[in-house]
Amino acid sequence: MKKPRLVVVGNGMAGIRTLEELLKLVPGMYDITVFGAEPHPNYNRILLSPVLAGEQDFDDIVLNPLSWYADNGITLHLGKEVTRIDRVRRRVVAADGTEAEYDRLLLATGSVPFILPIPGKDLKGVIGYRDIHDTRTMIETAKVKRNAVVIGGGLLGLEAANGLRQRGMEVTVVHLAGWLLERQLDPVAGALLEKSLRERGLDFRLNTSTTEIVGNEAGEVAAVRFSDGGEVAADLVVMAAGIRPNTALAQAAGIHCNRGIVVNDTLQTYDPRVYAVGECAAHRGIAYGLVAPLFEQAKICANHLATFGIGIYKGSAVSTKLKVTGIDLFSAGDFMGGEGAEEIVLSDPAAGLYRKLVIRDDRLVGACLYGDTADGAWYFKQIKDGTAIGGRRDTLAFGETAMGEAGTAGQDRAATMADTDEVCGCNGVCKGTIVKAVREQGLFTVDEVKKHTKAASSCGSCTGLVEQILMNCLGSNFQETPKTKAVCGCTSLTHGEVRQAIREHHLVSHAQAYAFMEWRTPNGCATCRPAINYYMLSTWPREAVDDPQSRFINERAHANIQKDGTFSVVPQMKGGVTNPSELRRIADVADRYAIPMVKVTGGQRIDLLGVRKEDLVDVWRDLGMKSGHAYGKSIRTVKTCVGSEFCRFGTQNSTQMGIDLETMLANMWSPHKVKLAVSGCPRNCAESGIKDVGIIAVESGWEIHVGGNGGIRTEVAQFLCKVRTAEEVKEYTGAFLQLYREEAYYLDRTVHYIQRVGLEYVKRKVVEDAESRRALYERLLYALEGLPDPWQARIAGERPREYTPLKLEAPERRIPATLED
Amino acid sequence: MAMNANWVRVCALGEIPLLGSRVLDCGQADAIALFRPEADKVFALADRCPHRGGPLSQGIVAGKTVTCPLHGWNIRLDDGQACAPDVGCARTYPVQLRGEEVWLALPLELATPAGAAEAVA
Repeated sequence: MKKPRLVVVGNGMAGIRTLEELLKLVPGMYDITVFGAEPHPNYNRILLSPVLAGEQDFDDIVLNPLSWYADNGITLHLGKEVTRIDRVRRRVVAADGTEAEYDRLLLATGSVPFILPIPGKDLKGVIGYRDIHDTRTMIETAKVKRNAVVIGGGLLGLEAANGLRQRGMEVTVVHLAGWLLERQLDPVAGALLEKSLRERGLDFRLNTSTTEIVGNEAGEVAAVRFSDGGEVAADLVVMAAGIRPNTALAQAAGIHCNRGIVVNDTLQTYDPRVYAVGECAAHRGIAYGLVAPLFEQAKICANHLATFGIGIYKGSAVSTKLKVTGIDLFSAGDFMGGEGAEEIVLSDPAAGLYRKLVIRDDRLVGACLYGDTADGAWYFKQIKDGTAIGGRRDTLAFGETAMGEAGTAGQDRAATMADTDEVCGCNGVCKGTIVKAVREQGLFTVDEVKKHTKAASSCGSCTGLVEQILMNCLGSNFQETPKTKAVCGCTSLTHGEVRQAIREHHLVSHAQAYAFMEWRTPNGCATCRPAINYYMLSTWPREAVDDPQSRFINERAHANIQKDGTFSVVPQMKGGVTNPSELRRIADVADRYAIPMVKVTGGQRIDLLGVRKEDLVDVWRDLGMKSGHAYGKSIRTVKTCVGSEFCRFGTQNSTQMGIDLETMLANMWSPHKVKLAVSGCPRNCAESGIKDVGIIAVESGWEIHVGGNGGIRTEVAQFLCKVRTAEEVKEYTGAFLQLYREEAYYLDRTVHYIQRVGLEYVKRKVVEDAESRRALYERLLYALEGLPDPWQARIAGERPREYTPLKLEAPERRIPATLED
Repeated sequence: MAMNANWVRVCALGEIPLLGSRVLDCGQADAIALFRPEADKVFALADRCPHRGGPLSQGIVAGKTVTCPLHGWNIRLDDGQACAPDVGCARTYPVQLRGEEVWLALPLELATPAGAAEAVA
């Protein structure tokens, strides 16, 4: 059977990225032909500025060498500009007569510089700044000429001006607006930028328009005249007054265009056989000029070209960074503020520091940073996530460091780090390794960096740092990890959508779930299966069937796997209280099974480390204690202090309260681990401030705090409410945890859940609405009632094969070798 | 390897859980992990992840791969290769289903208890 033919017009980043995504999904589905007007393979257009500035060579910025096209069986026509699309006969024709027929056509024609319609625009020496040819023209001109005028003080104009200055030219930037980068910066930051660029020798004419370019007898540029009557000498004029989507080809073929080739949410044009991505496409009225949105489009477009038909492009949030070495500025979102917006401004003009945050409805909506942009990625994340600011408002202006992040203290400034500084402490990845991978392998997202370098792929606490490094390498092309991303590669659905489908369509088995939600894989993967298993169990308790093969080994074997394949055993010790008989049994077991280490855990229990898997069931039997669930996404432990029974400061019996809570929550599965603590007085010896639920006893009752975390990143628990009786503590705690169990996404701790929905929402459901609270509490008790202790179930003989290795039969009982084998 | 191999019956097919695995204890030698990704398919790999020696038999089996429980490398069941971008390979052993029985081709050094000593002799 003949393969369908895909023709791509445009050999740039958007078109080729779409092909890469497509080849990942369905290698070999199409016969692919690519037309490129330039005589080069796909290169990283974003890095033209470093090439102009002399910091990189062209070879450094090639993304797909010619061998890539050959390896993927792609027919490549370089230096051939497509001039006509024949939609009736479904073929494209290039200027030199080359033709190619298509079944699907992808237009990725990019954009063209906007050339001001003024006298002299066609003189020799007037150029745009779009491709490597323009860049080389500038480099060559700088070698022999002196004066350059850049029209346009936007990102592109300033990068061109800076590069030309670095190459030794006298540069004047003409700008229509009152301050530089008026679309990216507010006036204050714009003025700071101007000052710093003037110090580098650039000259500016703001509030000025160009009226004429004057030529000499040879038809070359000689001078530029302005609206105020002024004139400067010029040997080179760079038009950087904006870009226009390159729609000429599509328009000539009768494809609907309106400030770009109009596409729907699947990147399809008005001709269903024709798709468009990148700067030439107009999606919901917007033609994007930055690379991050192009890549999102490429992903979706590839999905539809692969006939999967799942992705929807909803538009992109964009952030900007200027790629001028030594000048740090960053902006994102609605940084101008205005009606109904509040602003937090931090300004130190003498030090060249400026920071403006725009807030609406307790959420960060815009940021404009100058001088120190290390927190740019972090602010951008806050904007995209729409996280409620709440109590963090006081320190918000000081950035992520001020929020406190253990483990990366003093190392949170990617720019100042040396290449040999370690970024990822888990996997031992240095900054230099990441930078190298980003540059050489053309990585654009944190996920790609994770995959290729392993940085941020374990505990994730360095994710912010990796994002910063990525941003510094890529500038405005940095692609932020979308928050609403798919569960895994098996689906395009997000965690929220999966939860909803399981609830609304009463899905109770894996087979049913994958079929209904149209999973791409027959039985999921190691990422989605545990999540689906949890969602079904928590949504349909006593109905959904727990699938052991969809659980991580620790939850399947009810013990924690160690680096050498042995396991650790932590028996339940409610509230951290034990007795001589238990301790004796633990000691005996440790002796009997030659357990190499016995250790006290942070959760006030005892850990037996180095137990062989085949000994687990016997160890549990001999211990005669229940499982402490130290291995699961589940209730872990309730830490307590001694409270009023012994302590001279204790106000309530915190120990008993802890024991009661741990009894109530025994065997509870949850989206992630859940840790509790009960302290007998505000001295808080049980460290209630960093627990998922932290109870602090006071003379008049109990305070309940939620969403604390002592792990990867220390988070202080937030005050939920104060109650009077121990019974109420159980009800409120239970209701909160049930809300978390029902609504949080898998592997989100309580702090992440609360950040997503807001503490106010939690308070409404758990504190203010008594009916809702009781209903939640009852659903929790219903879900937990009758759950067996997993160790007891195994001792009673459940799934014995898990713990019993197969043995080779004795040789004499084997059938002898046969030669044909 | 097949020429030097010795086919042995390991277990009944039903003794390996579907989408799961069993580990075969080989005494002094490295254990072998048996995987059953589909009802009538069984693969065998050395029970050692090429990354840091994690027990692959304890991983989650999905599609054509197993995910190592220690650091999440994905290892292809059919040829033992690590999935990109990781690089490494776990040794594979030929498996046959004879009716409801799982048969494994052991390399000669494992085929007899005296192992390598006899092989040399």
